[in-house]
Order: sequence, then structure tokens, then C-alpha cells
Amino acid sequence: MTGPDPLLVPAAPLAGDVDVPGAAAAAGEERAARTLTRSPWRRPLAVIGLVVIAAWVLIAVFAPALAPYDPLAQVAPKLLEPSAEHLFGTDNLGRDVLSRVLYGSRLSVPLALLLVVLATVVGTVLGAVAGYFGRWVDGGIMRLTDLVFAFPGIILAMAVTAALGAGLRNAVLALVIVTWPSYARVVRGLVLSTRESDHIQASRLLGASALRTLAVDVRPTVLGPVLVLSALDVGNAVLLLSGLSFLGLGARPPAPEWGAMVSAGAAVFDSWWVGLFPGLAILTVVLAFNFLGDTLRDALDPRTARALRG
Amino acid sequence: MSILTATGVEVTYPGSGRPVRAVAGVDLAVEPGEVLGLVGESGCGKSSLARALVGLVAPTAGTVVFDSQPVEALRRRARPVAQRRLQMVFQDPYSSLNARRRVGDQIADALRLAGGGGRRRAPAAVGALLERVGLDPAMQTRYPHEFSGGQRQRVAVARALAADPSVIVADEPISALDASAQAQVANLLVGLARTEGVAVVFISHDLAIVRQVADRTAVMYLGTVVEVGPTATLWEDPQHPYTRALIDAVPTPDGSGRLPADLPGDVPDPAAPPSGCRFHPRCPLVTPDCSSWEPVLRVQEPGHAAACILAPDRGAPDRSTTGVPS
Repeated sequence: MTGPDPLLVPAAPLAGDVDVPGAAAAAGEERAARTLTRSPWRRPLAVIGLVVIAAWVLIAVFAPALAPYDPLAQVAPKLLEPSAEHLFGTDNLGRDVLSRVLYGSRLSVPLALLLVVLATVVGTVLGAVAGYFGRWVDGGIMRLTDLVFAFPGIILAMAVTAALGAGLRNAVLALVIVTWPSYARVVRGLVLSTRESDHIQASRLLGASALRTLAVDVRPTVLGPVLVLSALDVGNAVLLLSGLSFLGLGARPPAPEWGAMVSAGAAVFDSWWVGLFPGLAILTVVLAFNFLGDTLRDALDPRTARALRG
Repeated sequence: MSILTATGVEVTYPGSGRPVRAVAGVDLAVEPGEVLGLVGESGCGKSSLARALVGLVAPTAGTVVFDSQPVEALRRRARPVAQRRLQMVFQDPYSSLNARRRVGDQIADALRLAGGGGRRRAPAAVGALLERVGLDPAMQTRYPHEFSGGQRQRVAVARALAADPSVIVADEPISALDASAQAQVANLLVGLARTEGVAVVFISHDLAIVRQVADRTAVMYLGTVVEVGPTATLWEDPQHPYTRALIDAVPTPDGSGRLPADLPGDVPDPAAPPSGCRFHPRCPLVTPDCSSWEPVLRVQEPGHAAACILAPDRGAPDRSTTGVPS
């Protein structure tokens, strides 16, 4: 990432505004968008992430066409080594591991996205309410986040899932309970800091109600950082969901869920292929989302955007 | 009749230690269509007073009356319609405009709120406002960062004008701008007062500018007004030693090479103001009584009052012009 980028040089006049606090926000967003779209090849990690995610999305959509066997059917002797017929071998019940890994993408990726969306919505709403109303509402919601933060996330999620009953739906619910507070914290801070800014005060003097300024003036400031946080969190969500399934609290057998498959593989450790391939699937998805989220964060942060542009 | 009156206004901020009384009892009256300059060093409470005048902070004591109605501090609800004609222009035009919205949208919002009209944008009305502040109406589709500092401050003035104000409180409106833009924005504000009858409270630490633009000037020191009067009188015959020191500190570009006189010492901590006259530790004319006697504004001549032990009462108070209710 060295040397000037010819594609980005024409944008230089705007860079003069970087030192200006108010303008930096809007100009920064434009710059970030440009940084991301104009020369993607400067950020190979982001491109790799994007390609891998796109591949998994395609696999999820076309799994029935791609998978050589029914993921639930016992099609062969159990624990066959990888071969031409069964590229990833077969598992302890004689099911085709490749087919199960491919079908697993239909569970892990959409559920992780759903989890992140739910956590973002819940956290943003509660954080905005806390920052906007202040006083005891703020105190109450923030103590609630403290309470959640005080537990190790996966342990709390386990406890909640166990209480609700094992299952993917309850696992997602439990993880929403574990993950919303980080969004609430960020949003509350942003609402608090923008609430007192001059342009909000000016709107108020012109006759806008506090609620209106929240919708018109505060919302755009909050949205960008929250989206970055969400993007960074998808990988984490995949891990947490697989983790719960690994522990037997998420997907119920025989559902082809990666975490559950790794768990099954751990029981038959000599047959390495049973656990390795679903594990690799988790690894690639998590890495891909983290690459993408990191790049997004760097591009939106004016301090690192410059380095990113070279 | 005064359009905006402050009576005994105090603003106190609770601190970690002692509460800070940023404004310690200010009486001030603004007449329709005048330019009232408010000067003082940094930290003397000018901005706190400005915020209290428009209702952005609630005074801990005293009242502000605008157009015969008490100004209420802003809470969650929208500001009463009658008070929307009391507007403010902020120091920093980079932060007083929303950087993510087109300036036309922001001005249209202001128009909508002021008129209570429909939801439709009114590009013509927005353009007219931009023209009033000397900008091209076509600029309404631009974002704030596409303007220079001076243009941005003019956009902020245009937005305030959307509310059809009768008073604009301008808190250091030009101190963040470069020299050429300073003159433009100052002239714009004064022009509003002269041609459209908008009263302007022009807050600045720059005495030279205030002398140019203000009809009357009030001098603040550590939360109190120490002298108020017609700008010319105040400049030629300052009654308070602090006013005199401020005037002497203005550089004179007459080629004589004379350096401005320095005022010794720093502004004391407003959380622990000196006893008696707040200026006495720095005053060149200090008397033994100054540390025990707290001076009040006393009339020197019609419309001119000072708060100093050496400036005794010299006339019957003339409330309509001094703006100093007793």
C-alpha cells in the first residue's frame, strides 16, 4: 500500500477539508465510499472477503444443485475416507460430509445475519432511547448493559438457551440478548455527543422538537458507525452460533449445522475429515466477514483512511 | 419598549468542586433594530449569557423577557412559536450547520417550522433567503463543506432569517472567520439591523469590530456587566477602569509603533471570584474599599452606566435608554 493512487488524486481538493471538524463528517463519508469503490485492488483482503462471502451466498442458494447427495440420507458406509465418490468422506452415520457442509451454509450464514440485524435494531433503539431521555431511563438501560457485559458472552448465551430450551431459534434469541448491549453503548454515546452540538441547538431554536432533531439530525450520525459495527459482528455471530450448536444447544440433529458437525467430528477424532471440513467452512466465513468489516472500519475512520488510500 | 430584556440573570454550572457562576446577575435591554455590542475577555460569561438570552440554558436566577413573553428554557418539546423570532447565530459555522444535509434543505426546514406550512420544499423562498445574505440561490443544493467559512456563516444567518427574527443573538459570529469574511458577515448583520429593523446582539472579544458596528456597547467582566453605554461615548470617555484597559489594549495602526497597554494578571477563576469589586485585584486604580464593596451599575449620563466605586451616580436613571432597570 505505497505510492500515490492515480485514481484518487483528483479527490485531493476535498482533503483540504479534513482539518475542519464539521465538514470532516460528510466529506469523510464520501471519501470512504470513494476509497471503497474506486480502487478495490489496493485492499486485497477486502476483495478476498467479498469473493468468499459471495461464494458462500451462491452455495447457500444453489445447495440442492451443488450437493452430490441428500445431506440427511445415509448414503454410504460410515466414516469413509475422502474419495472420488465422497470428496469430504462420510460421517459417523454414513452421510456425505461435502453435502452437509454445503447445506450447512443455508443455516449458519442467514441465521448469523438475522442475529446481527436483530441485535442492531434492539441495541440501536435502546441506546437511542437511553441517550435521548437521559436520567433514570439512561441509568436503567445502561445498568442492564453492564449486567450483560459482566458475564462471559457465550456462558450467558448457554444459560439463556438452556433455560429456553435447545434449538436454533432459541440460540439466536439468546445471542441477541448477549450482543445488543455493545450497539446500545455506541449509539447512546453518539446520541449524547450530537445532542449538544450547535446544529442541533440551532434546529431547536428554529422550533424543531427534540424528537424531530433525533430523527433528522442525529440519525445520520449514528447510522454509519452502527453499520460498521454490524459488519464487524457478522463473523462473530457465525462463531457464537456454531459454538452454541457445538455445545449441543443450537441446531438439533440431524440438521446439517457446522458447529454441530464439528462437535460430531470431535467424537470420532481419528476420522479427521468429519470435523475438519465444517470447521474450515466456519473459518472461511468468519475470516471473510472480518476482512470486510475491518476494511470498512478503516475506510470510515479518517485517521486510517489516508493510509488506506496510500 | 425593549424587545429583549434580561433582569438579574445568573447562570451557574454545577462543577466537580464549587459551582461556577458564569453569569452573576446581568441586567440588559435590547431595543428594536439596534446593534448591541457585548464585549469581554474569554471566559467572562458572554456565551453563557447569550445561551441564557435565547433559552438554550435555563438561568439559575433572573428572567429573560422577549416581546413581553418570558423566554422559557428549551426542553423536549418544540419551542413556542412566538419565541422562534428570537434567533441565534453561533461562533463556529462548521458545527452550527448539519454537515450531512444540503443547506437548502436545512433552510427549507427552518422556513417550514417558522411558517407551519406544508411539507413541500420551497426552492424559491430558500433562494430568496440566500440572496438576502449575498449568496447565489443556486447554491442551495450544496453541502456545507462546499462553502468557505464566511459563506457558511452567511448560510447560518439565512437559516436564522427563515424564522423572520426580530432579535438575533450572534455569539462571536466572526471570530472563527478570516479577515475578509469577518467584514462581510459583520456588515451583513449590521445591515439587517439598519434596513430590516432586526435587533442584533453582537458578542465579540474584538473591541475594534464592536466599535465599528455597535450602537451601544456593554462590557462584561467575570459574569457581570461593568459598563454599558452608547459606543461612541463609551469609547471616548470610559468610566470603568476595565473598559479603559480594554480600549488601551487595542493596537493602534497609526505607524507610531506604540504597543498596546497590557492589562496585568489573568481573569480570576469564576468559581472563586474576588470579594467586593470583581475587578479589584487587577485594577490600576484600586482603592482600599474595593475589596469589600460590590459596585452596581450607576448612571453617568443618560444612557451610560458604569459599575465602579470611582464612578458615582451622576444623574437620574433613565431606564428606557440605559437598559438598566434598577
